Amino acid sequence: MPSTSVSEQPVTRNGAALLSLDDVSIQFGGLKALDGVSFDVREGEILGLIGPNGAGKTTCFNVMTGVYQPTSGEVRFAGEPLGRRKRFAITRLGIARTFQNIRLFGNMTALENVLVGADAHHRTNVIDALVRSPRHRREEREGEETAREVMKFLGLERRADELARNLSYGEQRRLEIARAMATKPRLLCLDEPAAGFNPAEKAQLMDLIRRIRDVRGLTVLLIEHDMGLVMGVSDRVAVLEFGRKIAEGAPVDVRNDPAVIAAYLGTEADDAGEFDQEGDL
Amino acid sequence: MTEGKASPDTEPASARSMAWGPRLGWDRGALARRVTALPRPVKWALIGLVVVLLYALPLLEIPIVSTPDTDFGGVLFTVASYVLVALGLNIVLGYAGLLDLGYVGFYAIGAYTVAVLGSLQAQLSWWLLIPLAVVLTTISGILLGAPTLRVRGDYLAIVTLGFGEIIRLTALNTEWLGAAKGITGVPRPPSVELFEVPHLKWEGATAVVDLDDTTRFLFFGVADQTPYYWLTLTVIFLVLGADRMLRLSRIGRGWEATREDEDAAELMGVPTFKFKLLAFACGAFIGGLSGALFASRQGFINPESFLLLLSILFVAAVVVGGAGNRWGVILGAVVVAYLPERFRGFEEWRLLVFGLALLLLANFRPQGLIPPRRAKRAQAVDEQLEALEEGTARA
Amino acid sequence: MSFLIDNFVELTVTGLVLGAVYGLVALGYTLVYGVLQLINFAHSEVWMFGSFAAVWVTVALGVAPGSALPVVIGVLLLALLAAMTVSGGVALLLERVAYRRLIRLDAPKLVALISAIGASFALAEIMGLRDRVAGWFGLRDTLDPYVRSARDNTRFQNPLETEGVFTVGGYTVSNVDIIIIVSAILMMVALDQFIRRTRTGRGIRAVAQDSEAAALMGVNRNRIIRATFLVGGIMAGAAALLYLMRFGVTRWNAGFLLGVKAFTAAVLGGIGNVRGALLGGFILGLAENYGSALIGSEWRDVVAFLLLVVILLFRPTGLLGESLGRARA
Ligand SMILES: Nc1ncnc2c1ncn2[C@@H]1O[C@H](COP(=O)(O)OP(=O)(O)OP(=O)(O)O)[C@@H](O)[C@H]1O
Ligand SMILES: [Mg+2]
Repeated sequence: MPSTSVSEQPVTRNGAALLSLDDVSIQFGGLKALDGVSFDVREGEILGLIGPNGAGKTTCFNVMTGVYQPTSGEVRFAGEPLGRRKRFAITRLGIARTFQNIRLFGNMTALENVLVGADAHHRTNVIDALVRSPRHRREEREGEETAREVMKFLGLERRADELARNLSYGEQRRLEIARAMATKPRLLCLDEPAAGFNPAEKAQLMDLIRRIRDVRGLTVLLIEHDMGLVMGVSDRVAVLEFGRKIAEGAPVDVRNDPAVIAAYLGTEADDAGEFDQEGDL
Repeated sequence: MTEGKASPDTEPASARSMAWGPRLGWDRGALARRVTALPRPVKWALIGLVVVLLYALPLLEIPIVSTPDTDFGGVLFTVASYVLVALGLNIVLGYAGLLDLGYVGFYAIGAYTVAVLGSLQAQLSWWLLIPLAVVLTTISGILLGAPTLRVRGDYLAIVTLGFGEIIRLTALNTEWLGAAKGITGVPRPPSVELFEVPHLKWEGATAVVDLDDTTRFLFFGVADQTPYYWLTLTVIFLVLGADRMLRLSRIGRGWEATREDEDAAELMGVPTFKFKLLAFACGAFIGGLSGALFASRQGFINPESFLLLLSILFVAAVVVGGAGNRWGVILGAVVVAYLPERFRGFEEWRLLVFGLALLLLANFRPQGLIPPRRAKRAQAVDEQLEALEEGTARA
Repeated sequence: MSFLIDNFVELTVTGLVLGAVYGLVALGYTLVYGVLQLINFAHSEVWMFGSFAAVWVTVALGVAPGSALPVVIGVLLLALLAAMTVSGGVALLLERVAYRRLIRLDAPKLVALISAIGASFALAEIMGLRDRVAGWFGLRDTLDPYVRSARDNTRFQNPLETEGVFTVGGYTVSNVDIIIIVSAILMMVALDQFIRRTRTGRGIRAVAQDSEAAALMGVNRNRIIRATFLVGGIMAGAAALLYLMRFGVTRWNAGFLLGVKAFTAAVLGGIGNVRGALLGGFILGLAENYGSALIGSEWRDVVAFLLLVVILLFRPTGLLGESLGRARA
């Protein structure tokens, strides 16, 4: 297949693989949503994950965060296979994510939303809470510090006490990022964070994503449809189509890859006659 | 992305201060802020006053409030029991969002533990019975929850409904549990008789101390139910304190997050199953406790006391008041328990009116009488913090 | 055990009869749940009103048992019509009063449940107080045969005499048994066809699958919701008459337990699944009968609830899955 011939590209940031998908497949009924997908997310990089609608990008996130078990293949985080770990345990390991369609806790305040994220590593039990044990008090204090600091980083500090559902759309998107960041992840997975943004907002988001990596030192995996944004911000890009990885590499190379162009334009750019269906943008 | 200006407080201040009053659905935010703004001693004095008033309620015999047709102490006990139950169910339903239509099952297990081990099969001491009842109920809550909490939300309602009925029917059909005739001679709390407290009597607008009508302080007897009310009220204060502690912790937040979006909560690191089970256990704990108190006040129990209707009334109390808000829930319980007692004269029409009231409330005040006002509360906390910060900055 | 074996045929037939009634009532729950994802708690009262309508028709016509067959059939058909009309009407009323506003506001399910519980109380109480209500209008005496002893059992005088048709295993299957089981199956088939083939039926399925998409495709959601309630009510009315033909009494609060059982049947079969409702009804009726034969009839309801719990734990979407409604979220 020409698509798999796209070789590994020189990387701008060379870290070890933080997360690796190894030949991951997942089947829903008759549909192979992921079909032997392998790629690495390297420590400290921003990896863009693109592909037409229904390509399996969100499904990738779901496999990485324990929502689905892969039918075959394996996901490893920091060298360790995720196995049958529970979703909350995976979060505690250091993978955090946002959702394509916003899923905040609408009737809790913005601050409380972020606190839930910060609680991911807390151990307070009923007795601690009832007697206000030192551990409880310390965790509450630290949690609030973390939460406020993260909210400040995202420019949400003034909205802390607003109910999440009363925030503006853009704020809600940022609050999702804040909530995920409060879990102190090593890898942050953003699912179409720019959906519905205007160009100015997109530019700000681009800047934000860079700061998340440069200032906070997080590794970022980014699903995004906006080519300008993805290509502009990512160190490397992986492309999915119909559940298969068709390209991976530096943005320039991916952009010029015939298979990718074909996937996005739906034209038969090469002999692979499998693109008879329009992958609409 | 700079629309994040300080949130304007939409309600004008004047409206807020006026809202506090007998009107239902007052602005708790304003009340809380005013109370927190008071100097410490005043605040404590105020709280103390309310507490004393609550304890003194059965003695005051306030004309309109008191129930003419039934013993007012007994009515207050009933109301207090409902409040206690509602606080327990609020954890399950209001915080964690689990619809439990069989809550009466826990109530029954608590009551039956006290009755069976205190009278029918053994004669344990009351002091032992209460903890035993609570522990057994909590365990039963975990045993019920462990398999069923994996079931989808709507089904949980019907599974718990089935559970409540199974408990009642088992009691009804088991000789060992007293069967249909029930159990008599349930131990009462041990009395510590110290002194007698007189009630008031009203002649027009003036109150006179009525020395003929007294309550023996801490005599848990049959006729005068006021001491049971005091006991339950005390338990309520303890439960309220615990509820507040949990609510303000990781656990309370975890419950709420689970209620709002279980999948998202799990993905943000909340072990949702464990937390749901915990909510169930806490609910069972309080339900069992109130059942145990009910049995030891009543002196006898039979399966008729634990009809499914009661579960539904409990849910109604929580939802009518405003699920998730402990003050709302208390108000809801008072409404559900007190109104029918107050209007006993209209016995026949009670349930009809009750049904219509539920219908109207659900349709025209769907968020409950006192909905949760988290935004406001958090805001008050925030103002305090800001004031503190300023203080430290200046120092 | 030997009791179960000795009476196996009788237990089976009566179980199926009971199950047929459960199944027909379960349809109302299943349809509304499929379309709205709401537990229509007051559906039991829809059935209860239908049962009284049937009783009143026979009281009004005063037909003695043993009349000529055409008369008997005529009376039964009239009673059926009355029961279906009243049940359908009450169901529509319920939709209007207890649900419509909340659906429009997109209120939490819990609130809708409370609203339905309130409506259920109110409807049952109105029936229990019907003598008083008639008194308000000065009709207490005129309506005496219809409203007297409002809080007690009300008997249904079945114009059709029960006759044995054939005997199997020591039990004589009666004409009533056959009528009930056959009509339940027929109605279920008719409903299934209605949902599959008619425009309204397609609308119901569309709204059940994705109400927003259905609205975009031009389905009038409110009309479909009303149709759903109406169909459920009509089925409950039929169930009411069938129930009376076999069991002969109703009362103002008879709906409650039957409603809970019928809901159980709906969940057993897979809520939202029309065929599942009848299957669930039959299984529940049989299980109750066999179970109570084994461990004593006082445990009948416990058997029913235990069955529900066990099935839900091992097959959370019911026996046939949830076909009308959407799959698990
Ligand atoms: N739980 C599921 N059950 C059945 N099919 C599913 C499920 N989840 C995803 N799919 C299917 O898998 C395919 C990949 O979906 P996915 O959401 O991963 O796409 P995507 O690349 O994120 O698309 P988009 O850009 O639209 O978000 C789609 O055809 C989708 O319908
Ligand atoms: Mg997606």
